[in-house]
Amino acid sequence: MAQIFHRSTNTLAKASIFGGVFIVGLLGLILYELDRSPYNTRQGLILHQPVPFSHEHHVTGLGIDCRYCHTGVEKVASAGIPPIATCYNCHAQIWNDSPMLAPIRDAYKSGHPIEWNRVHDLPDYVYFNHSIHVAKGVGCSTCHGRVDLMSLTSQASTLQMGWCIDCHRNPAQYVRPKDQVFNMLWQPPADQLTKSGPDLVKAYHILPARNLMSCSTCHR
Amino acid sequence: MSKGSTASGGEPRVQIPGGEPLVQIGGAADAAGAAGDCHEEWKKGAAASERSALDLASVRERLRNAKGPQFWRSLEELAATPQFEDMLHREFPRHAAEWPADGDGATNGFSRRNFLQLSSASLALAGLTACTRQPIEKIVPYVKQPEEILPGRPLFFATAMPFLGYANPVLAESNMGRPTKLEGNPEHGASLGATDAFTQAAILTLYDPDRSQSISNLENVRTWSALQAALKPFLDAQIAIEGVGIRVLTGSTTSATFRAQWDQLMGPYPQAQWHQWEPAGRDAVRAGSKLAFGEYLETRYDFAKADVVLTLDSDVLTAGPGAVRYARDFASRRKVSTANAPQMNRLYTLETTPTATGSMADHRMALPPRGIAGAALALAAALGVEGASAPEQDAELQRFVKAAARDLMAHRGRCVVVPGEYTPAAVHALAHAMNAALGNGGETVIYGDAVEVQPQDQLASLKSLRDDLVGGKVEVLFVLGANPVFDAPADLDFANAIKKAKIRIHHGLYQDETAEYCQWHLPEAHFLEAWGDARAYDGTASILQPLIEPLYEGKSQIEVLALLNGKADAKGHDLVQATWKGNGLTDATWRKALHDGFVEGTASPARSVTAQGAGIAQAIGDLLAASTPSRAGFVVVLRPDAAVFDGRFANNAWLQELPRPLTKLTWDNALLISPRTAEVMHLRQRELVELKLVSGRPVRVPVFVDPGHADECATLHMGYGRTRAGRVGTGVGSAAAALSDSTSPWLAQVDLALTGETYLLATTQEHYNIEAHSLGANLEGREAIEERHLLRVMTLGEFTQEPEKIREMVESPKPEDSINPPWTYEGYAWGLAVDLNACTGCNACVIACQSENNIPVVGKEQVDKGREMHWIRIDRYYGGDLDRPEIYHQPVMCMHCEQAPCEVVCPVGATSHSAEGLNDMVYNRCVGTRYCSNNCPYKVRRFNFFAWNKIEPNDAYSHPVQKLGRNPDVTVRFRGVMEKCTYCVQRINRVKISAEIADRKVRDGEIKTACQQACPTQAIVFGNINDPESEVAKWKAGPRNYGMLEDLNTRPRTSYLARLRNPNPELGEKA
Repeated sequence: MAQIFHRSTNTLAKASIFGGVFIVGLLGLILYELDRSPYNTRQGLILHQPVPFSHEHHVTGLGIDCRYCHTGVEKVASAGIPPIATCYNCHAQIWNDSPMLAPIRDAYKSGHPIEWNRVHDLPDYVYFNHSIHVAKGVGCSTCHGRVDLMSLTSQASTLQMGWCIDCHRNPAQYVRPKDQVFNMLWQPPADQLTKSGPDLVKAYHILPARNLMSCSTCHR
Repeated sequence: MSKGSTASGGEPRVQIPGGEPLVQIGGAADAAGAAGDCHEEWKKGAAASERSALDLASVRERLRNAKGPQFWRSLEELAATPQFEDMLHREFPRHAAEWPADGDGATNGFSRRNFLQLSSASLALAGLTACTRQPIEKIVPYVKQPEEILPGRPLFFATAMPFLGYANPVLAESNMGRPTKLEGNPEHGASLGATDAFTQAAILTLYDPDRSQSISNLENVRTWSALQAALKPFLDAQIAIEGVGIRVLTGSTTSATFRAQWDQLMGPYPQAQWHQWEPAGRDAVRAGSKLAFGEYLETRYDFAKADVVLTLDSDVLTAGPGAVRYARDFASRRKVSTANAPQMNRLYTLETTPTATGSMADHRMALPPRGIAGAALALAAALGVEGASAPEQDAELQRFVKAAARDLMAHRGRCVVVPGEYTPAAVHALAHAMNAALGNGGETVIYGDAVEVQPQDQLASLKSLRDDLVGGKVEVLFVLGANPVFDAPADLDFANAIKKAKIRIHHGLYQDETAEYCQWHLPEAHFLEAWGDARAYDGTASILQPLIEPLYEGKSQIEVLALLNGKADAKGHDLVQATWKGNGLTDATWRKALHDGFVEGTASPARSVTAQGAGIAQAIGDLLAASTPSRAGFVVVLRPDAAVFDGRFANNAWLQELPRPLTKLTWDNALLISPRTAEVMHLRQRELVELKLVSGRPVRVPVFVDPGHADECATLHMGYGRTRAGRVGTGVGSAAAALSDSTSPWLAQVDLALTGETYLLATTQEHYNIEAHSLGANLEGREAIEERHLLRVMTLGEFTQEPEKIREMVESPKPEDSINPPWTYEGYAWGLAVDLNACTGCNACVIACQSENNIPVVGKEQVDKGREMHWIRIDRYYGGDLDRPEIYHQPVMCMHCEQAPCEVVCPVGATSHSAEGLNDMVYNRCVGTRYCSNNCPYKVRRFNFFAWNKIEPNDAYSHPVQKLGRNPDVTVRFRGVMEKCTYCVQRINRVKISAEIADRKVRDGEIKTACQQACPTQAIVFGNINDPESEVAKWKAGPRNYGMLEDLNTRPRTSYLARLRNPNPELGEKA
């Protein structure tokens, strides 16, 4: 009986099998990279805001403490975006005719709040709590980066679960003394991984990794 | 299929065993006589009908032959019907995983196979839709942040929910101005931190999109000032004639401010009249007090002091004012912790309809209403009440009464006789006399001044209003919060009478049946939206404070009454404050009262009273008449429903879907009859019958066989058959009001006719049953239940002798026998225990859980498919005899097994174990394989077959306003996701975080799960089992503790404390 397929189909078949694996693999790789790219995570993305608020100016320039505005950070889950009244504490007096601040004045006078675009946005099934992190010596800059240098605020980290887990698995990498939590300039000492980190984990009674890694620590 | 019915095919059954026609088809003429005859038939005991769907005779036979304690969950289980077996062996009922059928056919919907074929084609595309980027969200901070609000930290405010006028004290949780959860007020004596199911469900009513939203005149939207203008000429005209044409109809009220407004109204309109009407009110209680003491007194009980309790058709532990406190006190006497000289109270119950109270009884006897009357007489006679003599009774009841009376007399001053709210007034009068004879006055029974501000005979009041209406004497009628067109006795024909009033103004939460007959309608403010005041069962006054501005244009009752007083712009706050400042509150004490939730020192003082001989003699005469058999038709007892009450909660989907405590019915009422009545009358489960008063509208209602019900009568619950309740409640069930007659509103003598049709009743009693026998054993379901000992019951005597027997009923393997690697729990190890000796099956925990955990409602059709979502199911067991069963409750939620079978089968790791022993459920990982639920021996996992929680503006059953009521700390689950009890992990984390910040350990009792917090009897305790000093560890160390299915070595963290019974030796072991 004559061959149904020509000999060349062997090569064709091999090429398509190889190509199939390669193309599927490539597709997977592309999706993987896309998922972790700033396009998806919005890492470093600057969102347009009603008022171009500069952390650099207020923190580095004027030396205002984080907690002056983010009042909930030590007490509750959300650090909180300040009410307009907080802005108005100063801006009733200074730059009180700046056109840039017109939305602030309008809001204060009309009582209609400003809608800010959310920069750090975790999925709704994640229950992140600022107060416990601050209480256990996780500094602002560890997650938010050098906000004091951002003239327009952007997200410094990926905020993906792998990034959270990195610290929950071994908090000693990032923990700092409690009095340094709000210090933007803090740098880990050379013995962070060997001595000072583990010591702080012990001193602050930070739960062991197996507790921190439990699903219900963050998901409810 | 929800409302539809299909013909059963069987011909109508009209023959009784004796050969006499028993049930007439549509024949009113002879029914009276026939029903009288059937009384004799009961005495003989009837052979089972071969046509009965359930072969009750063989069931009875099987029970008789069984040895040892027997527990069963439903008649279907006893009969081992194929449907039951199917349900038992499947994770979900057959076809549960299928697409819902369209229309009335069962086949023209999608099959699962079809669905899979279609969906597989689009799977790749569908998968990619998960790859969307998160949308950019907005943050909207306050302009000026209120001082006490910190976003993310809830605030709690003390207020109270008025129910039948009485205050149910609550602490309302407010998340940034949105009330989201109600808890009991721990400092208030009527609550002690607990609530009932109605209170838990009140949040859903607040956010009910069907609540009326605007003032309307003939369905046109109007303003408050337009109403004022429209009323003015009528009111002005009334001044000259002293308001003789003004009528105000309300429900019961204890509001001092309302009373003050009324007194003011008496100035210009001294002839105006205030009528009150509650269809399931306390007329009998009031009349009984008047009969015995000549005045309206409030009776309250102290169950903490009572060693022996006897109830006469009373559901005192779950219904009526004070029930939450009563349940706590009663259960405090049943928490047996040690086998050494254990002490327990004893409860005797005589009742018609099985109730939660009856399920707690050590001795229970089901009697028809006339039997209750006779038993009350016999008991009074045995207790030496002057003039009382026992009517002729059967030997069993005589024995029961004699033993109970002896027991009561042996505990003089430490016992109590409690009459039910719907028993005749004479029973109440006699109970007062009995309590006096037993020396209970001032001890376990405390009398005080009436708590209501204007107690009256409401039925008489409604009748006189109706007569005035028909007589054309009413010019202006205000209906405040009442709904007489729906719930007034049928013979009053209120719908026609009300039309005779010239101007009718209806004020209520809904545009209900009565609103339809009124020109004007005003939306009522929910109690969480308005200022007010109310008094609890003991007289303690609470100021009601709003947590939110009225969502719609709601006004409170006192504001509407102020309108009549010409103060249309008066604010509720000012009115309430004026009243209470007048009562001696200062600014400081007013603030304290608001903070505490009650005004200190306002409880009514105890009064010492003596019953009047003449009244008691009259009561005895009344009861003698009531206890003789009447031959006037089939007796149907009308009772408020355990979920929708008198219909006021009909549009509350949480309550509609709540499995009723004893029947486990949802979304319907049914004619409840005993198995023997079903046999004698040849009535089948779920068949539609037609009930009719001699004159009146017929009501079609399905039959439901309720073991433990009294023979020769039936029960129908009120509150159903609403025609204008809203999207949820309209058309659900059958209207009992059509059987209510103004001569006896709660007891109907009806003609019963067959229709030959059956009706779909969605009951959860067969859902999520646990296989009764051990693995490998090839036993029938019945014998098998005792093999696994899911429910463990002992008498107090047995327990004292062999306390270890409870644990030894099932051999539990050692932890190291597991194939799983050993694991030690350091730090916290959360555990929970349920005391079955305290659980009354009241359902407060079920709704509390639903409210706390954003659990959706699925509807009747889906409940019937076994898709209900409740994280707690309360398994109800019957014990022993079919005709006189003992009744038990067992709440079952996730056991948080240390060796959880669900975890190992999840292909995506969506359910895994936390380091503290929680069986975590990660919704965002779940892909909906349902393997976990298939592998759960306790059947506690629930699957979102649809997006029940999705909110779409155009959807008939969802509305954006409902979002406001959700708990922000719990994920709202979507379609295709498995869920189950989490031990309220959000509460654990909240407390744990605050303890960690303070660098301390979580204190015992600091974390309360939602079910635990709501439980009136404190039957649930939660805590750290690694701490031997914790309450939960102590419970678990006690001799009554056992784990369900421990033989599987799942090592459940939830355990049960066995139920004990304390039978009177004189009556023997049987209930």
